[in-house]
Amino acid sequence: MTAMLETRGLDRHFGGLHVTKAVTLQLQAGDRVALIGPNGAGKTTLVNLISGVLAPSGGEIRLAGENVTGRTQAQRVRAGLARTFQITTLAPHLPVQRQVELALFEREGLTGRAWRSIDGYPVLAEEARSLLRTFGLGAHAGLATERLAYGEQRLVEMALALALRPRVLLLDEPMAGVPQSDGARLLAALDTLPKDLAVLIIEHDMDLVFRFARRIIVLAEGAVLADGTPEQIRNDPAVRTAYLGH
Amino acid sequence: MQLLANVLIDGLAYGMVLFIIAAGLSVTLGLMRFVNLSHGAFAMIGGYLAAMLTREAQWSFWLALPLAVVATGALGALLEALVLRHLYRRSELDQVLFTIGLTFFLIAATNALAGPQVQLIVLPPFLAQSVDLGFRTLPVQRLFVIGVGLLVAVVAAFAVTRTRFGVWLRAAVDHAETAATLGVPVRTVQCACFAIGAALAGLGGVLGAELMPLEPYYALKYLVLVLVVVAVGGMGSLLGSLVAGITLGIVETASKYLASEWGSLFFFLAMAVLLAWRPQGLLRRGAA
Amino acid sequence: MTTSDAPTAICRAPRCAPPWRLPAIVLLIGVAAWWLMPEQLGLLTRIAFMALLVLSLDLVVGVAGLATLGHTALFGIGAYAAGIFALRVHPDPTLGLLMGTAAGAVLAAASGAFLLRYSGFTFLMLTIAVAQITASLAQKARDWTGGDDGLSGFTMAPLFGRFAFDMEGRTTALYALGVLVVGLYVARRVVDSPFGLAVRGIHENRARMAALGTPVIARLLAMYTLAGALAGAAGAVSAQTSAIVGLDSLSFAVSAEALVMLILGGAGRLHGALIGAVVFTLLHHTASSINPYHWLFVVGAALMLVVLVPPRKAWDRLRARFAFLGGKASASARETA
Repeated sequence: MTAMLETRGLDRHFGGLHVTKAVTLQLQAGDRVALIGPNGAGKTTLVNLISGVLAPSGGEIRLAGENVTGRTQAQRVRAGLARTFQITTLAPHLPVQRQVELALFEREGLTGRAWRSIDGYPVLAEEARSLLRTFGLGAHAGLATERLAYGEQRLVEMALALALRPRVLLLDEPMAGVPQSDGARLLAALDTLPKDLAVLIIEHDMDLVFRFARRIIVLAEGAVLADGTPEQIRNDPAVRTAYLGH
Repeated sequence: MQLLANVLIDGLAYGMVLFIIAAGLSVTLGLMRFVNLSHGAFAMIGGYLAAMLTREAQWSFWLALPLAVVATGALGALLEALVLRHLYRRSELDQVLFTIGLTFFLIAATNALAGPQVQLIVLPPFLAQSVDLGFRTLPVQRLFVIGVGLLVAVVAAFAVTRTRFGVWLRAAVDHAETAATLGVPVRTVQCACFAIGAALAGLGGVLGAELMPLEPYYALKYLVLVLVVVAVGGMGSLLGSLVAGITLGIVETASKYLASEWGSLFFFLAMAVLLAWRPQGLLRRGAA
Repeated sequence: MTTSDAPTAICRAPRCAPPWRLPAIVLLIGVAAWWLMPEQLGLLTRIAFMALLVLSLDLVVGVAGLATLGHTALFGIGAYAAGIFALRVHPDPTLGLLMGTAAGAVLAAASGAFLLRYSGFTFLMLTIAVAQITASLAQKARDWTGGDDGLSGFTMAPLFGRFAFDMEGRTTALYALGVLVVGLYVARRVVDSPFGLAVRGIHENRARMAALGTPVIARLLAMYTLAGALAGAAGAVSAQTSAIVGLDSLSFAVSAEALVMLILGGAGRLHGALIGAVVFTLLHHTASSINPYHWLFVVGAALMLVVLVPPRKAWDRLRARFAFLGGKASASARETA
């Protein structure tokens, strides 16, 4: 079966620094994979390489078998890849519903249309509202995104990624900066992700990782240290050394 | 051959003036991330002060020059401490608008106080003459300007690399917050830098009075040129401003001599090419 | 449905205002002014095409978020195109208007393709460069543009074959107003379309839009080209209604003035551009007849004041004060476009 997402020998240099070292991994449809590792291991860099924000110094990236290594970020999105950001990246003054509608317009290829009003797409508006409702944000549809609580903004991030109906979803520390009180909603949202979606999540919260992931990839100093089930990882001495130093 | 020499000398002098004025702006932009479009006004004020002192008060040029420079620096310090520092956190557009408004205000004030006519600085006989080097006679004024420009460049380079203040300056340019936690008196550095930049601008205004006539619109007219030098040289880079100033000064002078009907086309073409090639400036320093 | 302080959103919560509303208001006010002040028609004409220029600038600065000081190039090239067309090809105003609009669009597309690779300060400086280069070329091409002396000696044919451009300016004022109203309608529709929303998204967060799959540069270029078209139209109207085109239509001062007008009126909402243009042009007209330098006192102080107390904040405070009058929900739920 062709992997939904595959990287082969992915490399990245920053001047003299070798931040990503020959990373090879695979995600199948429906996978729930967590990417963990100590700070500075290069997790976000890896996500940036896969999503197209950064160009690799070497190696290959494939989406559902297609080689997307040379493609722009926008092209990869259209090929079925979506991501969220570690630091919330939203348009601060747009109302939440408009932000989601924007994702939908983009998905449907409608952002080239310059004449019909954005109010003239009732089907997409309803899809936006219903997506917001599944995240518990229905009541906030008219608020500017900057007015939402931080935890709710993280939910909007996820909603936007899902609105694109991706085949592969990269979540960069969705729980980062979210207070405990809002954490439950995010966890619930993670449980509602489509079954055939391949998900790669970067997280530091080990409870979440062991709850959510069926497979764990450990990254240390830019290279893949281990790749296996949660049980295997828990018992892997190399992993313990990398994290705990002994 | 004669023409080439003229172009070089005049171009070099012009470039030096641009550098001297631009130096302060480059550091302000690179250090405080503050877009100060009223910088041209400092050059204007320095020039006007020197003109007033030499013409109205009959002072010697050699006294008027340092006083005008120091006074302009003091004015800059005052302005920075009282008004401008509150704008450091505002958006770039806000800074642009405020400082342009300030410039308009200063232009109107200059006109109200001194009238719209061009102000002339009375040069001492020493500068007004020409020196005979055997193969060519060169106007002393031009040589003086070039000399001062080189002096400023050398002193600035020394100050930045060898003195405590320079260390502080570079730390503050690279990362202000970290510098503050390390004990660098960032506010003092900022104010001092601004004052020195203003003083240098005043110096440039005096030295360049022949090439860039002093009249109320000066503050706006030559702002664009100075901005270009800073952009091409790279914000925060003194050496970049020097190289950019000289290069663009020579291009502009050459085009004035050889292709005057094309106006400033080559100046801006050169600028566009250089910026497109190196968008961060020729010799960018400081954190991105 | 609760709404928000949305400083740059043109549509607040779910609904946008109907696109014909603002143009209709402008048309009514304009025609009323035309009727009631027949001795001020020259000023009215000037206000109309300046408003169109500032409107086009709003698309670039307020909507797309690109700070530019070179917008005058698009205005000036429209003016010269219309003037040259009238002089050498055909004096029909509508054709000339089309030429001016096209010229502005072409220059915007060509320069934008280069400029939009850069951002921030570099972009700003390069817009200045493009404008100055255009001005230098216009000065050099004396045979076409008249150089320093300007382009003159063309007379416009009657509009639609019937309405002559008369000395009192009755036709020219209505013509300028008409072009403004049409341009405003187009701008309104575009800004409230999915394309417009995407551009606003790019303004607020480029990284987010890229992550949604938006071809960022392509969208910005399209908006920049539209703005160029409207600026070119404004230039064409200015040329046709004054029967002269000078190098000052390409000067840095025009770019700076237009930006000032936009900021004073409020960027990003289209109606702010109109307000700024009207107020500023009226002020300029009054103040400069007294003393051209005193004008700078006024605008300088206004700019500094506006930065210290942004008009939007003042306006919102005023509205909050009077909220009890109109019922807050209904007043803010339907954004006055």
